[in-house]
Amino acid sequence: MILGHVTNTALATAAMIAAIVVTATAGDILTASAMRQVGDLDHIRAERGLPGAIGAVVSNGRFGLGVVCLALSFFSLLYAFSHRDLSLIGPAATSLTFVTNALAAKFFLHENVDRRRWMAAIFVCVGVALVAF
Amino acid sequence: MMHSTMTFRRYLVLAAVTLTSAFGDTFLSRGMKLLGPVSLHHPAELIHAVFSPWVASGIVLLIGFFASYMASLSWADLTYVLPASSLGYVIMTLLARFWLREHVSSLRWLGIVCITAGVGFVTRGPSWTEPRKGPGAGAEEPVAVAEEEARL
Repeated sequence: MILGHVTNTALATAAMIAAIVVTATAGDILTASAMRQVGDLDHIRAERGLPGAIGAVVSNGRFGLGVVCLALSFFSLLYAFSHRDLSLIGPAATSLTFVTNALAAKFFLHENVDRRRWMAAIFVCVGVALVAF
Repeated sequence: MMHSTMTFRRYLVLAAVTLTSAFGDTFLSRGMKLLGPVSLHHPAELIHAVFSPWVASGIVLLIGFFASYMASLSWADLTYVLPASSLGYVIMTLLARFWLREHVSSLRWLGIVCITAGVGFVTRGPSWTEPRKGPGAGAEEPVAVAEEEARL
């Protein structure tokens, strides 16, 4: 009975963390993909000025979807904070997102995630977890 | 094919990503602590909070963060920008320790060392993976990039 309750609580916590990580990763990948579609903002601003650069970003569909995902991630985080401790949810969600972003960037954005970048993602992931605890 | 798209000005943009994020969050935290706990039964207090100097400054800085973050993603990989801008956590911890006078444990200092090492790893490597142009283009593209780099 007690074991079942503990398992359910652990599963619910894992589901909350997963929801934050998945939506945050989707948001980051979609916005990064949008910026790849838009192109170098320095060049766009030189040609069309600041309003032109802002217009190019805001009118991109993937950017809009990315912002929606980031908003969902934010509300998932708020929901998780209302049920679990900040000291558990914050470090777990933030640090895991570094690793899932590296994986997603490799497969969806076709970024060349070499050993150096994996090491960076893992070091930052561990560091963020330690800083946030 | 990976290569570096970084210039001095672009390092400044990455620094802006890092600083606006760290100072924005710290200003928000400082402002909300000064205002005291906000009850969900009185949402008008949140609107009042937005116009307090610290919170308003924090929001302006976070808008600056989003703009510089988007700009950096237009010329650098996500897997370069995210670790490179994570120095913000280090700055936030230093601000918490020396400005907000919070206690920082030895584990948190160890975390700072790990983040700094991660930033060191990624910023010494290339910043940009050339996008794929389509079937067959990949074999020629790296040569073009290598020639361009040789000219530079």
